[in-house]
Amino acid sequence: MLQIKQLSKTFNRGTENEIRVFDKFNLKIEANKCTAIIGPNGCGKSTLLNIIGGSIMSDAGEIHLNGKNIAQLKEEERAIYIGRVYQDPSMGVSPSLTILENMSLADKKGEKFSLKRLIKKKEIDRYIELLKSLDLGLENKLNTKVKYLSGGQRQSLSLIMAAMKHPDLLLLDEHTAALDPKTSNVIMKKTKELIDKYAITTIMISHNMKDAIDYSDRIIMLDEGKIVLDKPSVEVTERELIEIYRKKLEFQIISA
Amino acid sequence: MNSLVMTSIEQGLIFAVLSIGVFITYKVLDIADLSVEGTFPMGAFVFAKLISMGVDPITSTLSAFFFGTLAGLMTATLFIKLKIQPLLAGILTMTTLYSVNLRINGRANIPLFNYDSIYNIGPAIIVLMIIVLIIKIGLDEFLKTEIGYLLLATGDNETLVKSLGVNSNKYKVIGLMLANGFVGLSGALMAQMQGFADITMGSSIIVVALASIIIGDTIKKSSNKLKGTTRAILGAISYKIIGGIAIDLGLSPTDLKAISAIIVIVFIAYNNFSSELLGSKKAKGGKEHVTDKATI
Repeated sequence: MLQIKQLSKTFNRGTENEIRVFDKFNLKIEANKCTAIIGPNGCGKSTLLNIIGGSIMSDAGEIHLNGKNIAQLKEEERAIYIGRVYQDPSMGVSPSLTILENMSLADKKGEKFSLKRLIKKKEIDRYIELLKSLDLGLENKLNTKVKYLSGGQRQSLSLIMAAMKHPDLLLLDEHTAALDPKTSNVIMKKTKELIDKYAITTIMISHNMKDAIDYSDRIIMLDEGKIVLDKPSVEVTERELIEIYRKKLEFQIISA
Repeated sequence: MNSLVMTSIEQGLIFAVLSIGVFITYKVLDIADLSVEGTFPMGAFVFAKLISMGVDPITSTLSAFFFGTLAGLMTATLFIKLKIQPLLAGILTMTTLYSVNLRINGRANIPLFNYDSIYNIGPAIIVLMIIVLIIKIGLDEFLKTEIGYLLLATGDNETLVKSLGVNSNKYKVIGLMLANGFVGLSGALMAQMQGFADITMGSSIIVVALASIIIGDTIKKSSNKLKGTTRAILGAISYKIIGGIAIDLGLSPTDLKAISAIIVIVFIAYNNFSSELLGSKKAKGGKEHVTDKATI
């Protein structure tokens, strides 16, 4: 379970460009569920993910992951508990290394790296099984450098690599936004299968409202750093979400 | 064997050690480290100091490697701890080393003809081939280890390394230290070969190393089998042979630096130009996370 308490974050503090993204923000994410966070640009969803992941430090507040406060841990220290898949398919992999080398690195996550050989022959069958589950034929390309894979293949590999050590929390940062609709659908289905199979607590950011409804258990809509909607996904319709966006847009036009 | 070719190969093997060092920073870590311009003469001056104090040639040569790693540590500290851009951090180390190098012996040029050298062990070409082979095999084996792969991944995508629960800065330090160690060693080998250590011997050495790496990259370009270390060695030897032929044909040795620079300019411009023609822009948001490297 993830619990965020009294989280505050202000960018460019003390300057004319000061932006207060969160002010004493609270959120509780249930264990083993997929929570989708949606909202217009600038609502704070990416900042929230970056603060949880540790690439941005919060000004104040606590982040408890399974009872442990991780708010003060460095990005690499909390990465041991957290898996993350980025929008850019190249960010979760090492493009110049092969699929096998990438998976071997991911398999060492959170462990001590030594002068032993990285590639361990006895693990290869396990990697092949994992890759087979993606159904993209990657198991036959173990020695292919990742930079030669398509965006969808690379993102699938990122997903497997992020999830293979069963992290306490999986962060999906608009991870299908850079893909074409067909590939995006395939990746979303694979994501759902993985999350369900390993029962990983997941936070997914998406601009695709249909995906958010179809693939999550709960939907949270953020606006200006505040929760404006929080419902089980089965109770939310796409029309309802669009309506909130429309009202927000009208309000902005009138204010302008 | 033709003495010109022989000398070119010998010097090429010395530059191979230099190129392997620069390969680590430039190709593996994706950092343009200029501190090597100070580390190369430092290796020569450390050797000169120790050999003149009566230390044996092997220990003196190995000490050049050790002091080179310290120079790498200085650049890494400026870059990582003090957040100085790597290019500037390298320039600052290089500038500092200029004074340090002059302090080591108190003079800008130290003749070494009267002292023993590592080449007294056997024919220079054999001694150098053994040294280069040990470094190549050692580095190749190191890059197959868990730590070695982290070094490769750090230059390729730092975000991934952090996501593995690892502090990527540690591997930049290791890479910079190792690279400058090899460059220092190369400087000591060169000083023994030419019979003197000189304060100017590091001038533009980075361009020579880059030209060697670039020539090495063009050899069997599409082959995945040829490792980066092999390419660096072949590139350095080819570079010296090309240079030797150019001088034999009447070109002044002073023109060689311009030729090295032109090789680097043409190759990098060609790479930039061809990628524009193919329209293969970097992925959105990829920035420095995505690099297109030759075989490592």
